[in-house]
Amino acid sequence: MPDQLLYAIEVTLNGLMAGVLYSLVALGFVLIFKASGIFNYAQGVMALFSAMTLVGIMDGQVPFSHLINAIFGTDIHHFGWHVPAIVAILLTAVVMTAFAWAVNQVIFKHLVNQEPIILFMATIGLAYFLEGFGDLMWGSDIKSLDVGLPQGGSFWIEENTAWLGGEGFYGFFIDQLDMVATVVAVILVAVLVAFSQYTKQGRALRAVADDHQAALSVGISLSYIWVLVWSIAGFVALVAGIMWGTKSGVQFSLSLIALKALPVLMLGGFTSIPGAIVGGLIVGVGEKLFEFLVGPMIGGATENWFAYVLALIFLVFRPQGLFGERIIERV
Amino acid sequence: MTETSEGYTTADGRQIGGVLMEMKNITLRFGGVTAIKDISFDIREGEIRAIIGPNGAGKSSMLNVISGFYHPQEGEVWFHGSKRPAMKPYQVAQQGIARTFQNIALFEGMSVLNNVMTGRLTHMTTNMAQQAMWWGKAEREEVENREIVEKIIDFLEIQHIRKTPVSRLPYGLKKRVELARALAAEPKLLLLDEPMAGMNVEEKEDMSRFILDVNDEFGTTIALIEHDMGVVMDLSDRVVVMDYGKKIGDGTPDEVRNNQDVIDAYLGVAHD
Repeated sequence: MPDQLLYAIEVTLNGLMAGVLYSLVALGFVLIFKASGIFNYAQGVMALFSAMTLVGIMDGQVPFSHLINAIFGTDIHHFGWHVPAIVAILLTAVVMTAFAWAVNQVIFKHLVNQEPIILFMATIGLAYFLEGFGDLMWGSDIKSLDVGLPQGGSFWIEENTAWLGGEGFYGFFIDQLDMVATVVAVILVAVLVAFSQYTKQGRALRAVADDHQAALSVGISLSYIWVLVWSIAGFVALVAGIMWGTKSGVQFSLSLIALKALPVLMLGGFTSIPGAIVGGLIVGVGEKLFEFLVGPMIGGATENWFAYVLALIFLVFRPQGLFGERIIERV
Repeated sequence: MTETSEGYTTADGRQIGGVLMEMKNITLRFGGVTAIKDISFDIREGEIRAIIGPNGAGKSSMLNVISGFYHPQEGEVWFHGSKRPAMKPYQVAQQGIARTFQNIALFEGMSVLNNVMTGRLTHMTTNMAQQAMWWGKAEREEVENREIVEKIIDFLEIQHIRKTPVSRLPYGLKKRVELARALAAEPKLLLLDEPMAGMNVEEKEDMSRFILDVNDEFGTTIALIEHDMGVVMDLSDRVVVMDYGKKIGDGTPDEVRNNQDVIDAYLGVAHD
């Protein structure tokens, strides 16, 4: 096989795995949007916040230590213990559930039946609040996250694929973390689908996503479902936060991955879970391949804009996305 | 017909029980508009009670008050002998009041079976953890409820479309699926908002038969709103007539038919 083709395959594989991470973030958006019609701008910050909380719990950080020290003149920073990763992940999930409950109680309960733009503005406010709150709670320094996931290229794959090419080819370079992320994402999506198809709460969730009025008439509490769906979105954000945080450290820029989810959503459709997955993969592969094939000709740095231009093209020709519900207005 | 607190016997010999729901001096306003003006009536156990009236009379508003979608500014709602506090619609549903909608509110993306299954939600008590494990009690519960749903699907003769997504069904069948979903809740009181609106004669006959069968077979108390006078007079045991938010008649179909106010409201009065 010519080396150039092998490199293209490697780029595609890496693109697929990067795409999985985009999909994870987009998934959080779709869940909330489907169930409540809210476009949750804060999804990226939720990923950041959950990653910060996870690091904080694992390292035994004292929450709000800066605040406490400033008020009481003390100098405490750590409890002095370390929490195992799995326990910390569970505790963070509990924190995200509490967050979901609080968001519903304080904000969205009072905004029922409001215009989508008002709900959207509320989530922008929420995003900035949560960002500041996270900094106040855990400090704003860059933290490294290590929950024991493998990192770096997989030697096994490199060694076993090196024979495919000639002298200059050393085998496919595939990040182990990306592989783990892919497996986790597949499991997460399978669990979510099983939950929504086969459980009573899942059925209620689909009912609310379909028709609020009808859902009320069969005895479903909208508040309960909204807390549930925000909790699930919080958990999805946590998974995304773990993967991105492990990869590039827990820092403010983590919240910006939400912006990468936007073109994914435009591609896949705002209301489709499979759409979020496929959209993420297309964006991931697309931007990597484009950079590889076309990048050198036009001076590179195409990854920054490729996804958005692709989304723009989709907006023109297929505004509902690949899998979104077609909007038909009766005249 | 002689009414007592224990009930009465209908013309066709059915025994009607005591008061299930009582509306006392209900007044409902939207801003400056009074949709319902000081209306009182009761619904008795086992009867088919109709609310009729010209367009804009406030019938649907009344149904929405009963099902908790609207909250009246004045008056009391009594259910099962106790005064009902202001409740959210889902709480009313959990109390055993099921309803259908004038413009059909089904879960369009789901199959007929799943739509009807949502009607069982108030009867399913397993919690999230049990459901997530899909284990023992949760599975048993699903199977039991599925059996009840299958019975209702048979009863309403919609077996052949069980797996069909609702969005693909014609209007008449959608109405029937909505009835099935409401019935699945095994309601103490079933509210039907214009169950025959927009149907052809054949569909209307089917629907009338189902309503009578439901009442007969399950003993379900039914309150319905309907425009088609013929249908109402055939179906119902007692009728409330509304006009411009006020009650202008209440009684058996025969009594109502001969009530001068009712005739005026429907046919208009000559002003000379």
